[in-house]
Amino acid sequence: MRELQVSLNRTQKIRLQKALQNLQDLSSKPNSSASASVTVSDTISVNHEDGVLKGHGTSEHDGEVVATLCGVVERVNKLVYVRALRARYKPEIGDIVVGRVIEVVPKRWRVEINFSQDAVLMLSSMNLPDGIQRRRTAIDELNMRSIFEESDVVCAEVRGFQHDGSLHLQARSQKYGKLERGQLLTIPPYLVKRRKQHFHYLEQYGIDLIIGCNGFIWVGEHVEARDDMVTEDQEKASEQNSKSSGRLTSIGEGEKAYTPLDTRKSVCRIANAIRVLSSLAFNLTVEVILETVEMGTTLNLDIHEMLGAEFYVLVAEQEVKRRNSSGKKKG
Amino acid sequence: MEYVSPEGLRLDGRRPMEMRQIRAEIGAVGKADGSAVFEMGNTKVIAAVYGPREVQNRSQQINDKALVRCEYSMANFSTGDRMRKQKGDRRSTEISLVIRQTMEACILTHLMPRSQIDIFVQVLQADGGTRSACINAATLALADAGIPMCDLITSCSAGYLNSTPLLDLNYVEDSAGGADVTVGILAKSDKVTLLQMDAKLPMDIFENIMQLAVEGCKAIANYIREVLLENTKKLEHRRGV
Repeated sequence: MRELQVSLNRTQKIRLQKALQNLQDLSSKPNSSASASVTVSDTISVNHEDGVLKGHGTSEHDGEVVATLCGVVERVNKLVYVRALRARYKPEIGDIVVGRVIEVVPKRWRVEINFSQDAVLMLSSMNLPDGIQRRRTAIDELNMRSIFEESDVVCAEVRGFQHDGSLHLQARSQKYGKLERGQLLTIPPYLVKRRKQHFHYLEQYGIDLIIGCNGFIWVGEHVEARDDMVTEDQEKASEQNSKSSGRLTSIGEGEKAYTPLDTRKSVCRIANAIRVLSSLAFNLTVEVILETVEMGTTLNLDIHEMLGAEFYVLVAEQEVKRRNSSGKKKG
Repeated sequence: MEYVSPEGLRLDGRRPMEMRQIRAEIGAVGKADGSAVFEMGNTKVIAAVYGPREVQNRSQQINDKALVRCEYSMANFSTGDRMRKQKGDRRSTEISLVIRQTMEACILTHLMPRSQIDIFVQVLQADGGTRSACINAATLALADAGIPMCDLITSCSAGYLNSTPLLDLNYVEDSAGGADVTVGILAKSDKVTLLQMDAKLPMDIFENIMQLAVEGCKAIANYIREVLLENTKKLEHRRGV
């Protein structure tokens, strides 16, 4: 999803250019981080007398520190490294990621998370649906497909690298697990900032928003996290009832599983807001996404109009306003 | 046939030491991790990079470095007479191999063990020098994909016709039957990673021509660096704090 293919008319083009120009002025004024942009094989000026630690994205060439990536030079005390912008996701322990199951193999699932390898989710590192702590038996192994199937979207936490270099995930809480009834969006991972909270329940829309650190974003209908045993017992009872009473109730259950139109509409609205923001390459946070969605609703725009040229320009202008005001607050 | 007129102009109006106009654009393919379009005059090439990603064929996996693959193809409509060649003909296999080896020389493959990098290049318009254009496009696409490289590789061709050294041959000059030297260099360290010639030349003339091609490579490297820097700055500005 690079530069959105929208046909702008002349005024829109000028407005967009002006907005983007403003953004550039804003970010270049206060800190000189933009001037520290480097490309591959650019020399990074360092003071060799202090001693330098070369970090990621750098190498040594003829006694000079040279960048091996396109990005921004960051300096922390002696450490010099290049923060890459457009690149694949680099996992860190404890990150919350959204991924897609691509293979079910003995005792584990392979999950695609936009990393250079597929991540591994072991059967033993996830909570069983019945919530009981016990050894995983061969029967559990045979029933793995009842938990996740191929091409299911799942949410998990990065557990760490194993000795053989493979990346392991874990899902040891009710909030992790299979994601259903929603949309998965893929954005460049550098637009997501690591935060305390990556799960968001948007009450006004009845929607769960999961911003995975790997640039996979889930927008879906809100599901109540069920971790108390009472409700589960009740469910079991109702299941038995439905089994005994046969087909009629299974239709009723189907209706219960049906997502209301309003919820589906808001899923699309939020998804489109994310699409616009990511094609403009703006940083994505819940606040920004919600603001964009609200702007769409106050302007009475249809869902499809949110991907149109006018809204695209408006979002850019709004971003300028926001950064202006946040800059003033700081100053 | 006269390829250089008495006034010292070539068929398309360039001077012997003049390059065609170059233009590069980053981000042409939405789904790819990195992509670029590179134009040298009428030659136009699109490159897309996928990866580093999981190795598709387990048996090809290398345990201490990344596997680099490259696929070169020519669009049916890229040449004057529309051709119908299948994918795996000898010419494109050879060029795929050349591009793969050239790019492998600059990618720091040991940083991405057990993964695979796919480079796809397609010629959209062919007017001579497709090989060099493909390498330049691939470099841009790799840099856009955030794949660590020790240096930028650029490539340019030069030839020898009517006892004049010519820089950056176009299709007519290329098919004239004279020598055609394609050079690929590491821009910063001045190392040669690719050198191809398809005719015979005396030693002293060859050195001249190679020097000319190297100069061309450096000019392209400057341009590519500018494009990349501008793109990086744009992304950083857009992203904000």
